[in-house]
Amino acid sequence: MGILNEVIRVGIADMNIVKEPMTIRTSGLGSCVGIVLYDERKKIAGMVHIMLPDSSLGKSDRINVAKFADTGIYALMELLKAEGVRPMALKAKIAGGSQMFQFGSSDTIRIGPRNVEAVKQELKRLSIPIIAEDTGGSSGRTIEFNPTESMLNIRTVNLGTKEI
Amino acid sequence: MDSDNKITDMHLDVLKEVGNIGAAHAATSLSQLLNRKIDMYVPNVKLVSFDEMFDLAGGAEKIVAGIFLRIKGDLSGSMFFVLPVESANHFIRRLIGDETFDFSSPNLPEIGVSAMQELGNILSGSYLSALSDFTGLKIYPTVPSLSVDMVGAIVSFGLIEVSHYSDEVIVIDTQIREESEEGISSVNGHFFLLPDPSSYVTIFRSLGVM
Repeated sequence: MGILNEVIRVGIADMNIVKEPMTIRTSGLGSCVGIVLYDERKKIAGMVHIMLPDSSLGKSDRINVAKFADTGIYALMELLKAEGVRPMALKAKIAGGSQMFQFGSSDTIRIGPRNVEAVKQELKRLSIPIIAEDTGGSSGRTIEFNPTESMLNIRTVNLGTKEI
Repeated sequence: MDSDNKITDMHLDVLKEVGNIGAAHAATSLSQLLNRKIDMYVPNVKLVSFDEMFDLAGGAEKIVAGIFLRIKGDLSGSMFFVLPVESANHFIRRLIGDETFDFSSPNLPEIGVSAMQELGNILSGSYLSALSDFTGLKIYPTVPSLSVDMVGAIVSFGLIEVSHYSDEVIVIDTQIREESEEGISSVNGHFFLLPDPSSYVTIFRSLGVM
């Protein structure tokens, strides 16, 4: 009856969760990082697409938690907890953080690598192990996670497709 | 970000007017360079979400040749010249006289890359000098940089600055069309100007609307 292969889309500075048999996807990651947190046994996963390393960089009163590595990963974990996932069961796969251009303003230089570092630091703080990663380089990525297999599919323009 | 609360349709209309002046100059330069009639106009100036910004350029996953440069001086911001790969091929083949040139080939010949960067230079230069004349502000473009990749990956780089302040961006979109002999517009491209939020007040003051 239902549509089996439905894909949940996650925008930039956005997050969502998914249960098998559906998959979850975000498109065109550049310096941004896509973080997948998943429970292998329950086959539930969440994805957040962050743009900046740290919420202290936010210069507005109201912040979008999904925009920053620290607040985004934490909020995603809370969303999954509300679905009955135990934080201890969570594992992570991450992709993105490339350097698309070699220059920028002082705030944007090395933003990709800085995002990756911040993501790893926050996952470490929350004791969530990183099972696989595809980060850095200078290519954009579109990623899709399948909670049934716990696999992350990564597509690039110049380097083909892979699964991690 | 308090100034984005004050941005009204009137402000956006003024930016549209400025954008059209810049676009007219850039179109003239491009027409001369390619010896073809090129039309450039500003369909809209909008305050959009980041995802909507990608949609304007064809969607986050669309593969494009993107030229990125920063604006410095009295105001700061990012500029993008985004062409679908087929359109970029069309322009560059004409410029360098090599019908085999292809932006989707893994090893790009240097001459095509240089030509594309030069195209970005000429377009942004004429656009910004018109903007500078009109506003009285000193504006300088940095050297342009080229990437052939997904819209989301390329354009998000120019949104990093804005993202510190807001989840929305003022986009001065400029559509590029070429009129061919058959009268069909064969090239479709976009030219985006994204002022940094810290420059919004500077721009509107220089235009006498704030």
